[in-house]
Amino acid sequence: MRRYSAFAIAREAFRHHAGWERAWRSPEPKKKYKVIVIGAGGHGLATAYYLGKNYGIRDVAVLEKGWLGGGNTGRNTTIIRSNYLQDPSAAIYEKSRSLYETFSQDLNYNAMFSPRGVMMLAQTQHEIRGYQRTAHANVLQGVETEFISPARVKEIVPIINLDGPRYPVLGALWQPRAGSARHDAIAWGYARACSAMGMDIIQKCEVTGVRSENGAVTGVSTSKGEIDCDKLAIVVAGHSGQLADMAGFRLPIESVALQALVSEPIKPCMDCVVMANTVHGYMSQSDKGEMVIGGGADGYNNYTQRGSFLHIEETVRALVETFPMISRLKMMRMWGGIVDMTGDRSPVISRTPLGNCFINAGWGTGGFKSIPGSGWAMAELVAKGEPGPLAAEFGLDRFREGRFIDESVAAGVAH
Amino acid sequence: MLILHCPYCGIECDETELAPGGEAHLTRHGPGASDAEFEAYLFERANPKGVHFERWRHANGCGKWFLAARSTTTLEVFGTYEAQTTEPPAEIVEKIRARIPGWEARP
Repeated sequence: MRRYSAFAIAREAFRHHAGWERAWRSPEPKKKYKVIVIGAGGHGLATAYYLGKNYGIRDVAVLEKGWLGGGNTGRNTTIIRSNYLQDPSAAIYEKSRSLYETFSQDLNYNAMFSPRGVMMLAQTQHEIRGYQRTAHANVLQGVETEFISPARVKEIVPIINLDGPRYPVLGALWQPRAGSARHDAIAWGYARACSAMGMDIIQKCEVTGVRSENGAVTGVSTSKGEIDCDKLAIVVAGHSGQLADMAGFRLPIESVALQALVSEPIKPCMDCVVMANTVHGYMSQSDKGEMVIGGGADGYNNYTQRGSFLHIEETVRALVETFPMISRLKMMRMWGGIVDMTGDRSPVISRTPLGNCFINAGWGTGGFKSIPGSGWAMAELVAKGEPGPLAAEFGLDRFREGRFIDESVAAGVAH
Repeated sequence: MLILHCPYCGIECDETELAPGGEAHLTRHGPGASDAEFEAYLFERANPKGVHFERWRHANGCGKWFLAARSTTTLEVFGTYEAQTTEPPAEIVEKIRARIPGWEARP
């Protein structure tokens, strides 16, 4: 792999840019791999990358039904934060955020990580207490957040309306080191690094069945033939239930649509991410100038990658209250992603009833921000067969034992 | 906008009137059930890519729970029926088979 650098750009400038190589290979699948990762989205590729980097396991195939990063990795609002209440969540999301900080240097790929700060508005007395509690918990967890006053909110975000018609802004939870990154670059960066380590990323290769013998996976059936493996990692947001069905077990997961939309591009007006969970909407400005807007997930099962107008209306109404200046913006595009929702709104990084099959699922609406940390923890689970400290609390057995990581209550609506 | 027929009121309700309630026809095992059975009742979901039987409450209407058969891939509604049943009625199954020949309920 040739490194990207300022010198490389200068060199190619003199050669009509003929020397750039493909970022990753597109090989045909081999007969057998040590580890097969199903799903070449951010989480799957990150799992493969840390398997190679941290554990030296490079005989890995990453199978993808569509194209690389074409699922939820390309259908989110690219927010990265780690201001969670529960210890296991704060630990894995903070690991993730810190890995995002060094992603570009580590992978020699510009992720455009922008630690622009994430602000979660407190608009009721209940929310003030909740976020103050989170801020205190974050101090103990080593996550840098603070609870700030309305005056400070206005200073950071001049376009905000503090005295909204329904809910005035009473304060906010502010995480200055949170922010956003370029979603495609995350998938492409990991794919390039995995390919450079000798791993095979096989696109347009749909898994149609999971073969097992005596309680252990022997391989998978795919649209490109049978492939054997020693270990299988299922890392497919949205379709986790389908894959679990093929492997013969059920998950505590339902798949629903989560929508987002972007406006026409305007001049820079807001240099952080603002989330308003009571009125239910969040917004940031992309580098192109578009306002990136997200809201709540639909409440019913859905695989169509489009959601209900009801939620778009709810989200836009909330944001027009909070930012009156956006009321005449045209919306350019909207999209929906299919997210896995678990009972406690926390993910699953777990062993399964099949001994050598592992699953990483259920990230709900927090998938993008968790990519590096999730891959890090999943790689440890797959390599050792035992969860490490980051993944230990996220096992499937927590549902049977009642050890929930209850972010559904802690995080309110916009998880 | 999703529109469902409330079998109690007899009117067509749009999504804003309704509250979703998740998978229908779950078996609640009685006293003496194993932990695994109770876990299955509380958490494990079929989450099908296709025909889904689900609970809805006519929240801003009569307030009653009813059940619906709906496709999660096309959002087509095959029909709604009253909640006092442990399996989908024959006419609903017929409607599903008319649209998806050979459809079988999952075990």
